[in-house]
Amino acid sequence: MEKQPVLDFATDFDHTDPTWVADPYAVMEDLRDRCPIAHSERYGGMWVPVLQKDVAAIANDTEHFTSRNIIVNNGRPGEDAPPAPIGVAPPISSDPPFHAIARHLLLSAFAPKPINALEGYSVELCSSLLDAMGDRNEIDAATEYTQHIPVALIAKMLGLPPEDGDLFREFVHIIIEGVDLPVEERIAAFAPIEQYLSAVIDDHRLNPREDLTSYLLNAEIAGQPLLPEHVFGTMVLLVVAGIDTTWSAIGSSLWHLANNPEDLARIVADPELLPAAIEEFLRAYAPVTMARLVKEDFEFEGCPMKADDWVLLSFPAANRDPEFFDRANEVVIDREINRHSAFGLGIHRCLGSNLARLEMNVAIASFIERFPKFEIADSAGVTFSQGQVRGPRTLPIRILERA
Amino acid sequence: MKIHLDADKCQGHGRCYTLAPELFESDDLGNAVVRVEGELNGDQLKAANLAAGNCPEFAIVIGV
Repeated sequence: MEKQPVLDFATDFDHTDPTWVADPYAVMEDLRDRCPIAHSERYGGMWVPVLQKDVAAIANDTEHFTSRNIIVNNGRPGEDAPPAPIGVAPPISSDPPFHAIARHLLLSAFAPKPINALEGYSVELCSSLLDAMGDRNEIDAATEYTQHIPVALIAKMLGLPPEDGDLFREFVHIIIEGVDLPVEERIAAFAPIEQYLSAVIDDHRLNPREDLTSYLLNAEIAGQPLLPEHVFGTMVLLVVAGIDTTWSAIGSSLWHLANNPEDLARIVADPELLPAAIEEFLRAYAPVTMARLVKEDFEFEGCPMKADDWVLLSFPAANRDPEFFDRANEVVIDREINRHSAFGLGIHRCLGSNLARLEMNVAIASFIERFPKFEIADSAGVTFSQGQVRGPRTLPIRILERA
Repeated sequence: MKIHLDADKCQGHGRCYTLAPELFESDDLGNAVVRVEGELNGDQLKAANLAAGNCPEFAIVIGV
């Protein structure tokens, strides 16, 4: 079924509309001036705040908003309805008080110390991907580079065969970009993921090893092992949340550098600028938008929100709010004060933020060390994903100089 | 001036211990812990303000 194009984002918002996909920042800016909480009848009813203060307030308000489902789709789950495929992925889909218990189990595995231990592996991985490009001067940095990095890291952490990377990417694509599919098709598309991860879990039950899958199988809550659906849901979360997101963040950073030779030259000349630049890329090109459901009818900032309405929690919009950031629409690679919310705010702060930052730092440092000058080879060939994760899916780059 | 860290607001973004490792460190879960007690000297104050200004949760206040 062909969708109607959006004529006014204030009253008919749709984040899959080609206008939004092409340039969401212009739409956000327009909304901020005239309607800072947009509405839509699509997806069964949806609200879209674009001011940092409202995004922060909703992210911190677990009394009125639930994380039961965090990807807007055509289903409209009531409390008794079966959860949408991605509905049960603790802790991202959990509310207090269970959320804290489910999150606590995972935090230590994603704390700086264990994540920093993956640096050597990340450096080798990036180096081998760059080697594989040979001496060609035109490459697709998305399909040959950025998309492989998060897949390999999460596979290593979970103990999945590295050669299964293409398979996960397909899974993730269905979950994250398939928001327009009818609900039945979304559920059907989920079957291969279920089969794959169930086989991984069974294998780990028989052959425990030193990885996150075995850790989950051995973990306990109040002396009891995790329920099978908890283990499975968390595996889904780790596979889904860790892949498209970081792939997008690395890709948008390289896209910026390819388009802004002066920023690239500054970082090449002074690599110590890179960590601050990465925070700025995270702010300006935040890849992830989350969603909440309204728990019960209530009024938020004058908006009559109804139970089960979606709220699209646009961290990218919060990060471009001029009331909160100076020069909000400019990319300032040495920005000193940067309270961006690319990894969310409140109790659902991205569990994998340390991993994502490690991957971004290694991936971008490795790329610009090897190729200190590059540009977009074909701007018409650059494509961005649609839906709640934004980043380049094809990124044709011409290498202008090799180290 | 001293560092006041609100542990209830801290969500483990890790900006403070990355930007000012001499003043903050991570606990086993990734949440922030203050490493210094008492009054900050000049260099410490600068680093502390940088850490506070990059905390997305406003969990760090530098004050008396």
